[in-house]
Amino acid sequence: MSMKIGTEQFKERVDSGIHDDFMRGAVAGAQDGMSLKRKAVTTDEMSNWEDWRNHGEEIRQHVLEYLDYYLEQLSENVAKRGGHVFFAQTKEEANEYIRSVVQKKNAKKIVKSKSMVTEEISLNAMLQEEGCEVVETDLGEYILQLDDHDPPSHIVVPALHKNKEQIREVFEKKLAYTKTSKPEELAYQARVTLREKFLEADLGITGCNFAVAETGSFSLVTNEGNADLVTALPKTQITVMGMERIVPTFEEMEILVSLLTRNAVGQKLTSYITVLTGPREELDVDGPEEFHLVIVDNGRSTILGGEFQSVLQCIRCGACINVCPVYRHIGGHSYGSIYPGPIGAVLTPLLGGYDEYKELPYASTLCGACTEVCPVKIPLHNLLHKHREVIVEKEGKAPVSEKLLMKAFGLGAASPTLYKIGSKIAPAALNPFTSGDKISKGPGPLKAWTDIRDFPAPNKERFRDWFKHREKGDKRP
Amino acid sequence: MKVTLFATCIVDMFQGNVGKATVELLERLGCEVEFPESQVCCGQPSYNSGYVKESKEAMKRMIETFRDAEYVVSPSGSCAFMFHEYPHIFAGDPVWEPKAKALAAKTYELTQFIVEVLKVEDVGARFEGNVTYHTSCHMTRLLGVKEPPMILLKNVKGLKFTELPGKEQCCGFGGTFSVKMSQISEQMVDEKVHHVEETGAQYLVGADAACLMNIGGRMERLGKPVKVLHIAEILNSR
Repeated sequence: MSMKIGTEQFKERVDSGIHDDFMRGAVAGAQDGMSLKRKAVTTDEMSNWEDWRNHGEEIRQHVLEYLDYYLEQLSENVAKRGGHVFFAQTKEEANEYIRSVVQKKNAKKIVKSKSMVTEEISLNAMLQEEGCEVVETDLGEYILQLDDHDPPSHIVVPALHKNKEQIREVFEKKLAYTKTSKPEELAYQARVTLREKFLEADLGITGCNFAVAETGSFSLVTNEGNADLVTALPKTQITVMGMERIVPTFEEMEILVSLLTRNAVGQKLTSYITVLTGPREELDVDGPEEFHLVIVDNGRSTILGGEFQSVLQCIRCGACINVCPVYRHIGGHSYGSIYPGPIGAVLTPLLGGYDEYKELPYASTLCGACTEVCPVKIPLHNLLHKHREVIVEKEGKAPVSEKLLMKAFGLGAASPTLYKIGSKIAPAALNPFTSGDKISKGPGPLKAWTDIRDFPAPNKERFRDWFKHREKGDKRP
Repeated sequence: MKVTLFATCIVDMFQGNVGKATVELLERLGCEVEFPESQVCCGQPSYNSGYVKESKEAMKRMIETFRDAEYVVSPSGSCAFMFHEYPHIFAGDPVWEPKAKALAAKTYELTQFIVEVLKVEDVGARFEGNVTYHTSCHMTRLLGVKEPPMILLKNVKGLKFTELPGKEQCCGFGGTFSVKMSQISEQMVDEKVHHVEETGAQYLVGADAACLMNIGGRMERLGKPVKVLHIAEILNSR
C-alpha cells in the first residue's frame, strides 16, 4: 500500500462514503466517544491545558528549526550504541536499503508494529516482492491486512470503519475462526495467531513515535504491547521514522507523549510506552542483535522552511480527525490517502502533489475545529486556506468558470458603484426564479445551492435604501 | 456613543430585517448609528476560495470606508472576524497593515459589542417562545465570542432556551464549500437540522446570517416548521 488508496476520483469516493450507512454510524459514534474522552483528560482535567499546548508547540517548532543539528546528534548516538543509520531521501532509497538488509539477513518472516511512514513508502509491497511473509501485528492493522489489504481509514484507529461482525467474518474466512463476534474472543484468536508469528519472525520492523536525539533512543506508544514483541524477539530490527519525529531529550519526550496519549485516545498514558536504544547489549536478555534506523525524508525537506512548515509539527494524534465535521460524514477512505481528515488534507497534497489531491484542501468549511484541538497548535484551517491560495494563484489549477466568477465577485465587492447596480437589479434579475420569498431552482452558481436548499429572494428594498429613507425622516416599517 | 454599522452584503441584499433590528436595538441602547454607503463586502467568499489578490481590493475599500469610525459593529460573527483577519492578510504591507490593524481593533460583533463595550447584559427584550441557538464556528472559535449571545438570550423575558445538541459542529455552510462540496454540505446541514428538531424548539436563533441562510434554507426545503431568526431580531422584540 502506498500513500494513495483506491483509484476513484474524489467525488466518487465521497459518494460511496456518504452512502455507507454503517461506516457513517461507526465514525460518528467514534468521534463523539473519543471527543468526550479527550475532553475529560485535557481541558476538563487540566486547567493549564493551554500551557501544555504552548509547550508542545514550542518543542516541535524548536526541533524543526534545528532539525539538521538534531538529526546529526541522533545519528551519532545511534551509531555509538552500535546501530546503523540510513538517511533516505526518497521512498525508493528507503525501500532499497531495507531490501538490502532483508537480503543480507536472508529474512523470510517479518513482523511489523504500526507505522504510517512504512505505509507511505509502500514498504509491504516491496517486502512481498522479495517473497517475505509480512505480518502487521497491531490488531487494527492486522484485521485490515487479513481483509485483503483494506486501506486504513484513520491514523490511530485504522479499522474504525469496521464493526465486530465484519471482523468476525474476516477471521472466519481467513483464519477458519468458529467462535462469536465477542471482542474478547476475537482478540484471543488474534493473540494466538500472532504469538506464533512473533516467535517465528527473523526480522522486526517498527515505526517511531519520537526519537530522542540526546541518547539515540526511540519510543513506541501502543496499547497492545505488540511493539514490545516486535522489538524483543527477532534477531534483526529495522525502525523507520519520518525525519521530523525527533525530540532533543527525554524531558521533551515526556511532554509530547502526554499530549499524544491524552489527545489521541483520551488516556493519561497508554498501556505501553516502549523506549529502546540500539541493539542488545551484553547483559540484556532480549532485543535485536542488529539494529537499523531508517530516517525518511520523502518530501519533508521540501516542506521545511516553507509556508507549510508547521504541518511537520504533527505528532499523529488524530484529534483533528476526531472533531472534523467533514470526516464525520465522508469517512477516511474518501480522502484517497492513508492520511485522512484535516491533517491529511494538508499533508497529502504536499507529499503526493496537487494533480492527484487538489480537491482535498476544499473538503473543509474552515470551521477551525481542527486547529482548536491540535495539541501542538498547527493552524490547520489556515494551512488548508494556504493550499487554496497556492492552487489558485501559483499553480493556476482552479476551474476557469470559478476564476471568472471570483474575478467578477472581486470587482463587484471592490466597487460600490458596481455593487449598487448589481444589488439593485438582483430582485428583477432573479424574479423569474423567485416564488414568494424564496428561490427553489436557482440559475448558474446558485443551482448547487438550490439543489439542496431554498435560497432567499433578494429584499425588494435593500437595507441601505431603508436606512437612507429612515435617516431622511421617512416613516418606514 | 457613535456606532458605525457594518451590515454585511448578505444582510443588505437578503436579510433586511436583521439590519433593521440591529439599528433599532443599538439606538434603544443609546447609540447613534451610521451606515457608510460605500461599504460592500468584506471579501471573505473569494478570499476563502483562495483568490487572495482578487479580494484585496474589496478589503482596502472596507478599510477606507470605516477609517474614521469609532466603533464598527456587525450583526455577523464571521464577517466581523474577517476584519480581524485583515492585519494578517496585509502583514508586511507598510501602508495597509497599520490601517488594517486599526480597523480590527475597533471591530465588534453585535452581541460582543453590547456586552463588552456597552456593558449591557439585559437589553430589556421580551420574546415568548422556545428557542435554540446555533453557535457559528467563525464567531466562537476564530473571533472567540462565546458567552455574549448566551448572556443576552438568558435575560430575554419569556424566552425558553433549549441547548442544541452537537452545537460545536459546523452547519456545513463554509462559504463556497456549500456549493463546491454540496454533496458533503448536504449531509452536514441535515445532521444540524436533525439536532434542531431534537430540541423541539420553535425558533432557531443565530448570530450569523450566512449559517442561518444555510440551515433555514434546508429546513424550508424539507418543510420543517422551525422558524429562523437572527439574535438581533430576538433582542429587538418587546
